[in-house]
Amino acid sequence: MTSVIGTWIAAGLTLAIFSFLYRDNPAYKFAEHLYVGVSAAFAVLYTWAFDIWPMLVEPMILGRGVADPVDRWILIVPACFGLLMLARWIPRVAWLSRWAISLTVGIAAGLGITGQIQGILLPQIRGTLLPMNSIDNIILVVGVITTLVYFYFSVEHKGLVKAGARIGVVFIMASFGASFGYTVMARISLLIGRLNFLVTDWLHLFR
Amino acid sequence: MKKEIPLLITFLTGVIIVVTFFIPHQPFGGMQQRLLIWYSIVLGFTLLLGVDNLLRGNIRRMARRQAGWGYAAVLMAGFVICFVAGVVSLARHNSLIALNGPFMYVYTYMIVPLQATMFALLAFFIASAAYRAFRARTLEATLLLITAAIVMLGRVPVGAELWDKLPQIQDWIMEVPQMAAKRGIFIGIALGTIAMSLRVILGLERTYLS
Amino acid sequence: MNFFEKLVSLDRRFIYLSLGLAVIIPIVFKLVLPVRVSEPVRAAYESIERLTEGSTIMVSIDYDASSEPELQPMLLSVLRQCFAKRHKVVLLGQWPLGLPFGEIGLNAVSGEFNARASSNADSIVYGRDYVNLGYRPGYRALMVGLGREFRDFFAADYRGTPLDNLPLMRGVHNYNNIDLLVGLEAGQAGDEWIQYAGARYGLNIVIGSTGVVAPDMFHYLQAKQIKGLVGGLQGAAEYETLVKHPGTGTAGMVAQSTAHVLLLVFIILGNIAYFVMKGRKQP
Repeated sequence: MTSVIGTWIAAGLTLAIFSFLYRDNPAYKFAEHLYVGVSAAFAVLYTWAFDIWPMLVEPMILGRGVADPVDRWILIVPACFGLLMLARWIPRVAWLSRWAISLTVGIAAGLGITGQIQGILLPQIRGTLLPMNSIDNIILVVGVITTLVYFYFSVEHKGLVKAGARIGVVFIMASFGASFGYTVMARISLLIGRLNFLVTDWLHLFR
Repeated sequence: MKKEIPLLITFLTGVIIVVTFFIPHQPFGGMQQRLLIWYSIVLGFTLLLGVDNLLRGNIRRMARRQAGWGYAAVLMAGFVICFVAGVVSLARHNSLIALNGPFMYVYTYMIVPLQATMFALLAFFIASAAYRAFRARTLEATLLLITAAIVMLGRVPVGAELWDKLPQIQDWIMEVPQMAAKRGIFIGIALGTIAMSLRVILGLERTYLS
Repeated sequence: MNFFEKLVSLDRRFIYLSLGLAVIIPIVFKLVLPVRVSEPVRAAYESIERLTEGSTIMVSIDYDASSEPELQPMLLSVLRQCFAKRHKVVLLGQWPLGLPFGEIGLNAVSGEFNARASSNADSIVYGRDYVNLGYRPGYRALMVGLGREFRDFFAADYRGTPLDNLPLMRGVHNYNNIDLLVGLEAGQAGDEWIQYAGARYGLNIVIGSTGVVAPDMFHYLQAKQIKGLVGGLQGAAEYETLVKHPGTGTAGMVAQSTAHVLLLVFIILGNIAYFVMKGRKQP
């Protein structure tokens, strides 16, 4: 019975959102505001259940799973940084949140340098160093180089650079076209998912 | 104080992470792991940042009976329902995502349809936009259009029904010219990210402090 | 107003209605078309198939309801294949709103196997055959950190059971104990798995992604940074074909086809109208 009521609620909310296609209306606004409200609660609950509780409260305050007292009490540092992040809530001390932001930005930047070199630059360049013994390989190498030339704005695009950039545009347009095709596919899939729910799960209840 | 300490924190954490990449042995490896755990913990708090503003604004709207206060009440009701369901799930089932808990009920019958339908609307908008704006005005636009058409047909079963070579052409586009351009773009992004990360660590890029 | 003028100023709601009908009619009549399996999907399937029985596979749920129709069928197919091969599954999530889908998928597929099981040994048991670690914030930091020790981030599973109390997790400490990662991706987490877990620790990776993300994965496939790629609902349908268990991916393929054809018809009509009107305006 609860699942039947739930399916009706879900169907009602689905139709309320779809009603926006006709025009903006109170049913859509209702669903939109409800969505924002439940999402906000979701964020609070998740922060507690998957961050603060298992990564701070359990190891630091309850001492679960931590043998070394240094490992236990050093967690005061990220706890303080986390609270500093929330200093944005109080305008007078909002600047303190920069300390927490700096911690995340510094670590992300450090990871960014090593990750991009090891994870993108080297393997992708290695993947482009192909024997020029097939048309596909030649197209691939030309495509990579001319795309890079197109995005190289430090020199004026004339002469050979202009010709390279011109070829690069052809590859970029082919790439954007392919991305558009795949994006259409993705969006239609979402619509299929919702209509599938309405036809299979909800209308099924009428039978 | 307001700028120097954040810049120092960024510099130290960034340098430690880079150094520990090259020297993963102790004590550097342990330092890296500790920083990564801290990052994970602190990042979780960012989820909360918007919530305060959102709730405060809507409670004010309700209290002052401002225009649209009814919708603010709906938002608050949604928040309370989901929050209570979550607390009950945690108390009774020791887990937020226990399948028979009230939180999963709210998730399945409210959050999923709302979010999924919100994104499903994009199918209609992309169709309308394609009809109105997708014009073969230039050679580049024509190329984009032709590629999109081949991919859209070749990637679904009807493509093979129309012409059995279409899926193979689609595969080739994805694996050769499309991939080549994407590789060029990603290499460019990688170079940009490295340069930007260095600027951030060295304190030359400070926009994140504003 | 002549035909072409009408065509140029076509009411958007007519387009919406046409698209809605193009999708809903094949769903109502349950129309099905044969699905051709592409090489990247076959490679993904083979990566799991070739592993020795009882291997440990990590599945990352990096999506939410906004891409559930594309990625949930992939999750179900991968779980069916893993459990049929008696592989162990360690599930975790990088997207907070998506983790429940992982739990729903595990529950559904383990239920299917347990309904057919005749003994405890045949059954799919939580803690022994699969584990749900839950969600932690951190993305790339988490991915790098797990390469050293899972327990530093997940001291317990999503229900609070310490990892060492779960038989499956006793021997799992870092990526050395993981044979393959299946990342189900709706955003950038896939790139990060490849860049941080794959490149740094040599973790074998298979990606299942939404249609939006899939074109950004081919260069990883060519450079052998990933073992296989399952892209979009079509990819999901292909995987369902390979595991011989048709589901919502396969069922959606006719609707997907009709919608694509309709969209192309609209684009062609729009272009015809545009060029006719443009020709008339020019003296």
